[in-house]
Amino acid sequence: MLWGLTALLALQLAGEVVVRFFHWPVPGPVMGLVFALALLLPLGRVPKPLEEAGGTLLRHLSLLFVPAGVGVVAHWERLQQSWLVLGVVLLVSTLLGLAVSAWVFERLAGGEDAL
Amino acid sequence: MPFEAIAPWRELWVYLSATPLFSLTVTLAVYLAWEWVHRRSGLHPLLNPVAWSIATLGVLLVGSGLPYPAYFAGAQFIHFLLGPATVALAIPLFHQRRRVAAHAKAVAAALVAGSVTAAGSAVALGAALGLDATMLRTLAPKSVTSPIAMAVSEQMGGIPALAAVFVILTGILGALFGPLLFALMRVRSSAAKGLALGVVTHGIGTARAMQIDPVAGAFAALGMGLNGVVTAVVLPWLG
Repeated sequence: MLWGLTALLALQLAGEVVVRFFHWPVPGPVMGLVFALALLLPLGRVPKPLEEAGGTLLRHLSLLFVPAGVGVVAHWERLQQSWLVLGVVLLVSTLLGLAVSAWVFERLAGGEDAL
Repeated sequence: MPFEAIAPWRELWVYLSATPLFSLTVTLAVYLAWEWVHRRSGLHPLLNPVAWSIATLGVLLVGSGLPYPAYFAGAQFIHFLLGPATVALAIPLFHQRRRVAAHAKAVAAALVAGSVTAAGSAVALGAALGLDATMLRTLAPKSVTSPIAMAVSEQMGGIPALAAVFVILTGILGALFGPLLFALMRVRSSAAKGLALGVVTHGIGTARAMQIDPVAGAFAALGMGLNGVVTAVVLPWLG
């Protein structure tokens, strides 16, 4: 577990370093994800400590968004002026995007992936 | 109550609200409570624990007068874990690598279609409803993870702090209504649901997709990562 957590942090750190050094428009953790894949693909399996630490974090991924989400209250006053318009725009565009994306995928992937 | 009776409580509150212990404990307790409610409801999609935890904590903050930076000083220990958790998304992606490779074309098409539709319809509808140009530039990158959205909106002349708020709201709306929408549309493929959630509603959608099944989770992670890069590279050119 501790080995796995250390590996995840080290990969994130490597991602942050590379992204900052080259000024790439990608967040460090996303680059860390790419590095992790680059190591896992040739290895052909996920080491047990990594599977444990990663699995624990991913099982509670929703929780990790709560502190940033509460930040919405800090901007409440700004939102209040046009909350109805903003709410409609966000809801409609999100649902449209989801519908189009899922529809296109299903059409192109065909029926064999109807799992 | 006479003042002398309140004073010790007030002192305790001042002390507690300044330690990370308080906001950490409250965040976890509120989340666990909503997760319990969610499970008791038979996983009803509208009782999504993230959305309701954020709303509950928001009300608690406003009600108690605890400023957000003071709250975040404690809750940041949870927030910090988002970094290693994002790296860990490589694990489900690795497990689904054959399925992902087999559907590369569908992934690419759904990525472009979802990304363009979400950003384009937000800008078009916002303009039609009378939002100003700054607001439209702030709305455009709302489908991607907040560090990218903030950077992109800044480059385009939007308001980064507000862009982060739109990102979160988009994620919550997607996590709340996405699964209902898929049921209405009769989307059956987990890969399609996951990819759409990742492309349009970033990490919060990916967390929701994880709860569908590992295939949805892996495709969501893929969609989130890809749209982050595409949006960061393409949107500033259009702005």
